[in-house]
Amino acid sequence: MAAHATTHPTNPDESEVYFQYEDIDQQQETYIVGMWTFIVQEIMFFGPLFLIYTLFRWKFQGGFYTYSQKLDYVLGGVNTMVLLFSSFTMALAVHYAQKKQTKEQLRCLGITLACGFGFLIIKAFEYADKFTHSLFPNNSFIWPPHGYEYLGGNPEHARLFFSLYFATTGLHGLHVVVGMICIASLMILTVRKAPTITDYVPTEIVGLYWHFVDLVWIFLYPLYYLIPK
Amino acid sequence: MSATTVIEQSPPTERPEKNYLNADHTLRSWIWTVDHKRIAVLYLISVTFMFFLGSIAAAVVRFELTSPWGQMLTSETYNKMFTAHGVIMVFFFIIPAIPAVLGNFLLPIMLGARDLAFPRINLLSWYLYVAGAALVLASLALGGIDAGWTFYTPLSSLYSNTQITLALVGIFLAGFSSILTGVNFIATTHKMRAPGLTWFKMPLFVWAHYATAIIMILGTPVVAMTLVLVIFERAFKFGIFSPELGGDPVLFQHLFWFYSHPAVYIMILPGMGVISELISCFSRRRVFGYEFVAFSSIAIAVIGFVVWGHHMFLSSQSVLQGILFSLLTFLVAIPSAIKIFNWTMTMYKGSVWFSTPMIYALGFMGLFVIGGLTGLHLGSLATDVHLTGTYFIVAHFHFVMVGGAIMAFLGGLHFWWPKMFGKMYSEFWGRLSAMVIFLGFNFTFFPQFMVGYLGMPRRYHFYYFAPEWQIYHILSSAGATILGIGFLMPAFYLTASLIKGPKASSNPWGAKGLEWEQTTSPPPTENFHHKPIVMDDPYDYDAIADNDDFRAHWGKEPVKYGGDN
Ligand SMILES: [Cu+2]
Repeated sequence: MAAHATTHPTNPDESEVYFQYEDIDQQQETYIVGMWTFIVQEIMFFGPLFLIYTLFRWKFQGGFYTYSQKLDYVLGGVNTMVLLFSSFTMALAVHYAQKKQTKEQLRCLGITLACGFGFLIIKAFEYADKFTHSLFPNNSFIWPPHGYEYLGGNPEHARLFFSLYFATTGLHGLHVVVGMICIASLMILTVRKAPTITDYVPTEIVGLYWHFVDLVWIFLYPLYYLIPK
Repeated sequence: MSATTVIEQSPPTERPEKNYLNADHTLRSWIWTVDHKRIAVLYLISVTFMFFLGSIAAAVVRFELTSPWGQMLTSETYNKMFTAHGVIMVFFFIIPAIPAVLGNFLLPIMLGARDLAFPRINLLSWYLYVAGAALVLASLALGGIDAGWTFYTPLSSLYSNTQITLALVGIFLAGFSSILTGVNFIATTHKMRAPGLTWFKMPLFVWAHYATAIIMILGTPVVAMTLVLVIFERAFKFGIFSPELGGDPVLFQHLFWFYSHPAVYIMILPGMGVISELISCFSRRRVFGYEFVAFSSIAIAVIGFVVWGHHMFLSSQSVLQGILFSLLTFLVAIPSAIKIFNWTMTMYKGSVWFSTPMIYALGFMGLFVIGGLTGLHLGSLATDVHLTGTYFIVAHFHFVMVGGAIMAFLGGLHFWWPKMFGKMYSEFWGRLSAMVIFLGFNFTFFPQFMVGYLGMPRRYHFYYFAPEWQIYHILSSAGATILGIGFLMPAFYLTASLIKGPKASSNPWGAKGLEWEQTTSPPPTENFHHKPIVMDDPYDYDAIADNDDFRAHWGKEPVKYGGDN
């Protein structure tokens, strides 16, 4: 589709402007508006999960504490740090993109991508642990798990808790994967000096998305892993 | 006189030239197109196809109900039929019909832009729609779905063993198609307006689509997530909406209606945008109270988000909740009434011309008023207890959806058909179809108000306990036949117009607006041969001068009502 990008004669930067835009400023502003609109959509997409969590946590106060004991808050905490750090490197990448320091920009994007991988690997270990203890809410779900008969709690409410846990973290994980695909594509296009990536705005909109994905986790971690007694 | 002034070139000339239709003839150039006009045509073909399938299911339902004893179908097959009708018509016809066809085609042109903000995302929307439709049709072919278009849990999540998972994935994809359209419309309206086109110079069609886009991005993701959770509940045994698994089925209803009530406005708001254009053009008057009509769209979008509980007066809501939701529901009637009053005032002392689109628009106004006012019966607590779950509700939402949204869609389609395809259709058949549809519609759904008031429950395929209701059902089914004929007529004469219809001029109605005054019929791929600059207010109709235009074009004078103006 690159055929649709034409060099606009009035544009001094020689940045590529897609045919539907008048100039590079309009194109950039439209990208930003589009990304923010999409993020509003994403907030509403995660909204029901947080709403359902709020309602059931309110209803089953003590129970949620009991079930959350089976989540590993250390691994979750490490993952929080990993994502926070990746947000920092993402912000740096935008900074370098604005200064047109491409080498540093690519390095920062690479670190962000690696953090995404690290997050997913740690998450995979956590999930594997839940599956081995039959805590995934399918037909073989068991509460209390084998060897923990003293835990207490109600099997149905435990299923509810782990349903919400897997739905929320699973869909968040999917968003991490999408974010990583975006970062990787951005890196490839930047390395190739693709004519559509001549300014910082593509990096900025990928950054916006990545920060949103991090922000979801920032809410998710205390809500599921750090429930007070 | 002109709503716009042009710097370089005066009104487009009628020379045979390249337009978006003849720019390229290969199939490839259609299915990989990023031109919003071609995508609109692709949508037009797809939604028409889905409408046809949904109508067949409706015909089966109406045929079954002619007998009180439910002789033709088993209960299960009947459930699958009304579910197929509801799912196809709601998610794959009415929701995309006006925004994705007329909105897609017109929004960039009305804004003076060359395309939507994100043309490739626009194409992706269409592919998501097609994929979603394919999955839903596959679910029907593989045995059907029986939970109704509302998919209430725990029936949809635990007990039904039909193809619900597949259908839900299809609806999820269609939902994202709608969300991406919304993102595109919002970014386009904010950033792609032509020089001079301030917010209060935008056509009301654009305002209505902007309000619709807000609902699309705020409401649709909520139902998307809700459906994902139902899919998880079926696929694994997640327990969020099933009491047997620790969850809460009423929670599903809350989340579902949080989207599906505003979705009613996704269906009707674009229609209201169309009607504003039609009424103004064919009354040759500026829309009365432009700002009020514009803001009433936004008000409907906003208030529409806080009324969903009126679908749940009888499902474990507290009385206080019921009272609040009832009150808020009544508030939505205000902006809707503002529109109706302003359209009426627009026609008052205008030179009303009963062309095909105008007859559709007038039909819309009559039917929408009935649909809206009966909504108030359902929105008040006491009467809703009696009426909910009966054919009264079925009649009510068909008055709004079919009498409102489809009349507006057809009116808009007839209005912009010359612009979209550069051909004129037969005015005689057009007017006839509008009147046949209006008549057939009332025949179909008015008896349903009566039989619903008497107590006929919705979703039953027999009523042997009250065989005296058969006359209402027979009237309704007879009306549905007339309605079906009415819907088939445009399919024939509009198609015929493509083949042998006379060529349309760039502005056959003498209408105002960038799409009529600044570009050809059909428009070129880049929409305009020059960049339009907007100077004047919208709907700057000058009744007397345009009457001369009419005489020149049509050889007769439009009917004139009222005084001098
Ligand atoms: Cu409603």
